[in-house]
Amino acid sequence: MTGRQLAAWALVALALAVVPVLLPSAFYLGIATHALIFAIMALSLNILIGHGGMTSLGHAVYLGVPAYGVAVMTMQLGWSPVPTILFALALGTATAALFGVLALRASGLGFLMITLALGQVMWGAAYRWVGLTGGDNGIRLSGRPTLFGINLTDAVPFYIFVALILFMALFCLWQLDRSAFGACLRGTRDQPRRMRMLGHDVWRIRWTAFVLAGFWGSVSGVLYCYDYQYVSPAALSLPQSAEALLMVVLGGAGTLAGPVVGAIVITAIKTIVSSYVDRWYTLLGLTFIIVVSVMPTGLVPGIAAWVKGRRA
Amino acid sequence: MQFWIVQSLNSLAMGGLLFLLSAGFSLIFGLLRIPNLAHGALFMLGAYFGATLLASHMNFWLAALVSGLGVGLIGVVLEAVLLRRLAGNEQGQVLVTLGVAFIIADLCLLTWGGDPMPLGAPRALRPPVFIGGFAFPGYRLVVLGFALVCALLLWLLLERTRLGAMIRAGVDDREMARSVGIPVSRLFSAVFFLGAFLAGVGGVVGGPILSAYPGLDADMLPLALVVVILGGVGSLPGALVGSFIVGGIYNFGSALFPDFAYVVLFLPMVVVLVIKPTGLFGRVLR
Repeated sequence: MTGRQLAAWALVALALAVVPVLLPSAFYLGIATHALIFAIMALSLNILIGHGGMTSLGHAVYLGVPAYGVAVMTMQLGWSPVPTILFALALGTATAALFGVLALRASGLGFLMITLALGQVMWGAAYRWVGLTGGDNGIRLSGRPTLFGINLTDAVPFYIFVALILFMALFCLWQLDRSAFGACLRGTRDQPRRMRMLGHDVWRIRWTAFVLAGFWGSVSGVLYCYDYQYVSPAALSLPQSAEALLMVVLGGAGTLAGPVVGAIVITAIKTIVSSYVDRWYTLLGLTFIIVVSVMPTGLVPGIAAWVKGRRA
Repeated sequence: MQFWIVQSLNSLAMGGLLFLLSAGFSLIFGLLRIPNLAHGALFMLGAYFGATLLASHMNFWLAALVSGLGVGLIGVVLEAVLLRRLAGNEQGQVLVTLGVAFIIADLCLLTWGGDPMPLGAPRALRPPVFIGGFAFPGYRLVVLGFALVCALLLWLLLERTRLGAMIRAGVDDREMARSVGIPVSRLFSAVFFLGAFLAGVGGVVGGPILSAYPGLDADMLPLALVVVILGGVGSLPGALVGSFIVGGIYNFGSALFPDFAYVVLFLPMVVVLVIKPTGLFGRVLR
């Protein structure tokens, strides 16, 4: 790691650490925690969209399935936190492994449609399979767990826990970006035919990316369940998938900071708007249209280009 | 026995409705290369228009026609104002249709509220029909017949008219069609109108079975997606066959395993994706 990179990572850590000091009330710290969890989700989706060029509209599956896994294991079977978390991560990742096989039968818009259809199937299952999921009422947790002797009930320890995991996710995805696999993945995005001619197994690279995205999505799903202490079919809904996609596109697909910025902006807008008016979906729709029409490359690349232009 | 016969009929009626929904979706996808994610919302909008018109005592079929025209007009505006500017940016176009779907759904909730609105079937078609000692709900037979007539008309339009020939040429090879002088952009408007019109009419005709309620869009869109994944993109026979397969599976699934109505849809999709990823009647689009 070069000095500049080390400084950048120190800055990220400092920014994450300073939030609880700047936002002393549990309410605002809670909103910051939501934003960081969605940042992890957006980062995981960015593996597919930004690096793999595969637009998925079913990423809520990897938020909702592990969240239901946590809720069911904790409330109905009484498992303790560590095995519950491991089970939920395995469940989400295994779902990604299976759905990846199906969705990658197609590419481009076909891929998008299949991921959307699979997402709606899971949403329908959560909605109708009342015996397991509680249907529309969802499942309420009795509280946050104690992990490694630390009780996560209060806002500050839970924030620190989430921030640590986000930091880990950022670091892992940065390494992925720089690895040979990351280069291969971008190769399959830009020139799949050439990659095939070079002897790479394009399908396997894409499938691996899909499973990785599913794993990191599952991480966000476990945190989501502990954060809200509640899970309902909304976690698996199309608007949830669309919000994650919007976070990636708004922040800047293919950049490391983009999904985080997008998640923070969207969570802030959603929180502020929801406290005044009921029309979040109209605003979500309008944001989609505006982002696509006005800044298709997203905030982070847009601002970077603007800064560069001013320096020159 | 009664159960199987009635459920089979319900399946056929559902298949007919799904055809009205997905024929337009499939044609739009075939020609414009956009999965129009607002299609479920357009269907719902048609149902709400129909419910409003029927509440003011309009004739049922006239209400279906007027709602269809209204929804068709909205489709044309959507295509001309939002989608055309994004030509070539397919991902952007999909996201815009999704944004429009959210806006339509939210405005429907704002306008018509959260309670389901019933649509009454035409009075003459309400009494059950008796065939061989079994009572059939008469209206469902009419829905099936109506969908089959629409399928026939669409087939004639696509196979026997100049406009249809141009649409087929556009679906097969858009660039080549453009270069031999077919006004592909104007075709886009025509096909978008046709697709939205069918969805709007479908919303009204399906109304007495499904009624108009918030979330109808989210219930219908995945069905249309599965139909098109099964039948193949841009293919009318594919949409017809896919609709009846999905209608049957969805209906019997809901009746036999109510908890898993959506999950059983998954099975035909998996089978087709594994055997023939382009769908039963699909070809690779250029």
